[in-house]
Amino acid sequence: MMELKLTLNGKPLAASVEPDCLLIDFLRAHGCLSVKRGCETSGCGLCTVLVDGRPVLSCSMLAARAAGHSVQTLEGLQDEAAGFVRFIASQGADQCGFCNPGFVMNTIALLRENPDPTDDEIRAYLAGNLCRCSGYDGQLRGIRAYLDSRKGGPAHD
Amino acid sequence: MIQIQTYVQAQTLEEAWQLNQKRSARILGGMLWLKMESLPVSTAIDLCRLGLDAIEETEEQFTLGAMVTLRQIEQHAGLNAYTQGAAARAVQDIVGVQFRNMATLGGSLWSRFGFSDLLTWMLSMDTWVQLYRGGLVPLEQFAAMPYDRDLLVRVIVYKRPGRFAYQAMRNQRTDIPVLNCAFSQMEGVCRAVVGARPGKAIVLRDEAGLLAGGITPERARAFAQWAAERTPTGSNSRGSAAYRTHLVKVLVRRAAEEAGGNAL
Repeated sequence: MMELKLTLNGKPLAASVEPDCLLIDFLRAHGCLSVKRGCETSGCGLCTVLVDGRPVLSCSMLAARAAGHSVQTLEGLQDEAAGFVRFIASQGADQCGFCNPGFVMNTIALLRENPDPTDDEIRAYLAGNLCRCSGYDGQLRGIRAYLDSRKGGPAHD
Repeated sequence: MIQIQTYVQAQTLEEAWQLNQKRSARILGGMLWLKMESLPVSTAIDLCRLGLDAIEETEEQFTLGAMVTLRQIEQHAGLNAYTQGAAARAVQDIVGVQFRNMATLGGSLWSRFGFSDLLTWMLSMDTWVQLYRGGLVPLEQFAAMPYDRDLLVRVIVYKRPGRFAYQAMRNQRTDIPVLNCAFSQMEGVCRAVVGARPGKAIVLRDEAGLLAGGITPERARAFAQWAAERTPTGSNSRGSAAYRTHLVKVLVRRAAEEAGGNAL
């Protein structure tokens, strides 16, 4: 076991971990059940969390590597997500819901980095988030509707 | 799933090198491929505290630390200005943003995967690898070297004036490429690099002088035909050898035309 100190959703946390403990397992063991286990081959984006503000795949990162860093999950970003998730839901794009937390986390990262993305930029940024229900157009329509509403355009809510 | 007995954030390169001399030790890159291996690791050695996560640019060169991520390369203004955007095009379809925030330059080059977009692109430039014990080695030479217990510390790209282009064919965005191709024209010398054949990238210099009079659509087609005749290809689940040979002609021609200013 080794000692690990990090900041989780804004709060300092110290814990003992095995050297090969993955960040996803550490986070779920500490109550962050929004972080979903999907492909486990670094390809689906379900396990997306923010480390120092950057989206990463928690299924492929050692918890030990997060020492000294700030980790955020959807549990800590619900206010920021609230602005756009209802637009995605209103397009029927949440469907089974399993991919949603990863999708929302990466959308938060996208909008922080690029507050006014084009449709192509949205598609490119979210290309690492797989959804087996929706075909992706619903998510794109939802994000577009949210961005349009911010500009004072019609809100397709 | 990988099993790790001890995890160490090395304080010096010498410490990392010493720890890595044991056959069961592993240097950690982005860990994206390593974590899928089923092997016991005695010591996982992390280089994250050694300041190797920056891209430095001078008049003469770019110096990239081994822990630079693919996302940093994609977004680096200087690299993209020098390569006319080829840097971003080489990595932007590798899985997703989250993956590229983790995958490291050192891990990608050290592995010398056949499908590597990064290796193919970097072979098109005057690129050198700085090894801890082995010193500075041309990337082309490094790509052919057997795996050993040295450390890849930095990558240096010398700024030779030139034109660059990058093309890849994927069955779908974010998948591993069926074939990739980088092209450069540096100080009058043209070279095509073809990877994901599916074997490791090979470098083809225009020894026949097919582009010596300047890149025109006709000369680009002739050069692409010449390249296809010299590029061994194979079959796997992503494509047949015959399909790949056809793609060599298409991608080399397109990349040459793009670098020559005749992009389609």
